Amino acid sequence: MAGSDALYGLGLDTTKIETMYYYMVLSRALDERMWILNRQGKSAFVISCQGQEGAQVGVASALDPTVDWVAPYYRDLGIVLYFGMTPREIMLGQLAKADDPSSGGRQMPSHYGHKERHVLTGSSPVATQVPHAAGIALAFKIRKEAAVAMTSLGEGSTNQGEFHEALNFAAVHRLPLIVVVENNGFAISVPQSKEMVVADVAAKAAGYGMPGIVVQGSDPLGVHQATLEARKRALKGEGPTLIEIKTHRYTPHSSDDDDRAYKTREQLKAEKEDDAIVLFRQWMMDQKLWDDERDQALRQRVRHEVDDATDYAEAAPYPDPKTLWDHVYHS
Amino acid sequence: MAVMTYLEAIRETLRQELRRDDRIIVYGEDVGVRGGVFRVTEGLQAEFGEERVIDSPLAEAAIIGTAIGAAVNGLRPVPEIQFSDFIFPAINQIVQEAARIRYRSNGAFGVPMVIRAPFGGGVHGALYHSQSVEAFFAHVPGLKVVIPSTPYDAKGLLASAIQDEDPVLYFEHKAAYRSLKGEVPDERYLIPIGKADLKRPGKHVSIITYGLMVSYALKAAEVLDKEGISVEILDLRSIRPLDVEAILETAKKTGKVLMVHEDNLTGGIGGEVSALIAEHALFYLDAPIVRLAGPDVPAMPYSPPLEHAFMVTPEKITEAARKLAKF
Repeated sequence: MAGSDALYGLGLDTTKIETMYYYMVLSRALDERMWILNRQGKSAFVISCQGQEGAQVGVASALDPTVDWVAPYYRDLGIVLYFGMTPREIMLGQLAKADDPSSGGRQMPSHYGHKERHVLTGSSPVATQVPHAAGIALAFKIRKEAAVAMTSLGEGSTNQGEFHEALNFAAVHRLPLIVVVENNGFAISVPQSKEMVVADVAAKAAGYGMPGIVVQGSDPLGVHQATLEARKRALKGEGPTLIEIKTHRYTPHSSDDDDRAYKTREQLKAEKEDDAIVLFRQWMMDQKLWDDERDQALRQRVRHEVDDATDYAEAAPYPDPKTLWDHVYHS
Repeated sequence: MAVMTYLEAIRETLRQELRRDDRIIVYGEDVGVRGGVFRVTEGLQAEFGEERVIDSPLAEAAIIGTAIGAAVNGLRPVPEIQFSDFIFPAINQIVQEAARIRYRSNGAFGVPMVIRAPFGGGVHGALYHSQSVEAFFAHVPGLKVVIPSTPYDAKGLLASAIQDEDPVLYFEHKAAYRSLKGEVPDERYLIPIGKADLKRPGKHVSIITYGLMVSYALKAAEVLDKEGISVEILDLRSIRPLDVEAILETAKKTGKVLMVHEDNLTGGIGGEVSALIAEHALFYLDAPIVRLAGPDVPAMPYSPPLEHAFMVTPEKITEAARKLAKF
């Protein structure tokens, strides 16, 4: 965990620190509620951010949501919340309701997209968003706008051709792009050792002549700092950066998976010792930035937001079947 | 009004469009300094610079994937796939992404992008420089597939495709590039996508086709005219969307339909056109619908006799139409 030197060196004030913590806690709480809704039979599918919140908030907090764009993947609840999607909007998607801003209930949950919030719509085939983010960055470069595109994906997805093609394209054209790999060690059930020979996904950056940085997901400030530096490089016209964040997945791949087949409970327990939320709170307390009373108040507020979002989405209408034919083409 | 080749019409339209709208960018393998392997984009980089006419790395998924991102972020990309045979590494981006982005985002995002790709055989291109791939894409809602048959149409359809808010595949027959010539107005004009063109009115047989095969069908019609067989020719211009009204109208008028394409027979667009006629105009027909198409072999061979045996030619069209007329 970074110390106070890192904190003030990053130019973070206490409000920003508290905001980062809030989004981590909110992401976890919303995600836990999704599983309850799933087990209650109210939501057919859940795919989780749990364990990766520190990585996600560390990245998003170093970007500028007013100008930057993100092309996230399905675990990135922390990123899209930080970019301004609301708990109500998330739950509308989780329950496949008409007003879901991501897709109007058309996609599986967690396939986020929100034009006004600069969140690009995503699909299920992995790594397809990496060239999209490079293209967004290409447009920034051509228009000479001071903005960057950030895309994120899991380590398993870095085996896809589109990941490599996009990194190469972005490097050749020195695009303002940040590629973030949230390495949770497993592509569903397949461990990293069976996905690739290299120990660090960041090593793949060398082949494209760009920096490849490794940071720890349990250290949101370290993630934040790496992302800030990547953003500075991008804005200076120095091209893309690959950031690998070592992180953990505390849930099965999805609500249709059972991780006991490939992850021992001992390993899971050890991973939970490295939980960014727990460690960040402890660090804040050590720095006298936080105390139990404020923590209780924050958790109360988050519980209220999650309850409100759930109630709101449960009461919201489903899409009208007649809208099946809408938006095939521009009208 | 100038007389231009099909290729020149495409190039001049790109030039005119690049001048008209600075959101338009052209990119692909070899399109810049070299002006494209067929010279379609010759001179464009010199006029518009490296940022708008971009030599991209040789990687089709990146070409299309980045074009999607650029389109979402306000540009109007016109990427080129050097040969349609090489479009398959990008099919994930075209089908899963470009075609579905508007639908999956409930209308929030769109992908205004035109993918240009030379297609078709008869140019000694063998298996991997001769393919007709249009039917793969015609199957996908969310895409439009345009195949011009004349220099005039090449211009008006390309301008429409660039102006379109949805992804358009624009296929250019390689054999048409320099063999087809015609008058092309200097000023910008639009030909609506989805409207077929009645190339020649006739009484006895309707030939429904598109692309290079339109010019072949016209040659066949001239031969048959001397034999007293009056052939009507409908140029589909786009195979998605199809101009159903025009298809049914010509089928009802002559009662005899010959569907022609160079693409493989099975699963080709001729099957879809035939089904539409069978569903909506069956009792107007005086003969079974006939499909003349590329044979169901994996692709076009190189050796001249084999290539010739594969190709749909004016002679084969003449023979098929004659036989149908006599049914």
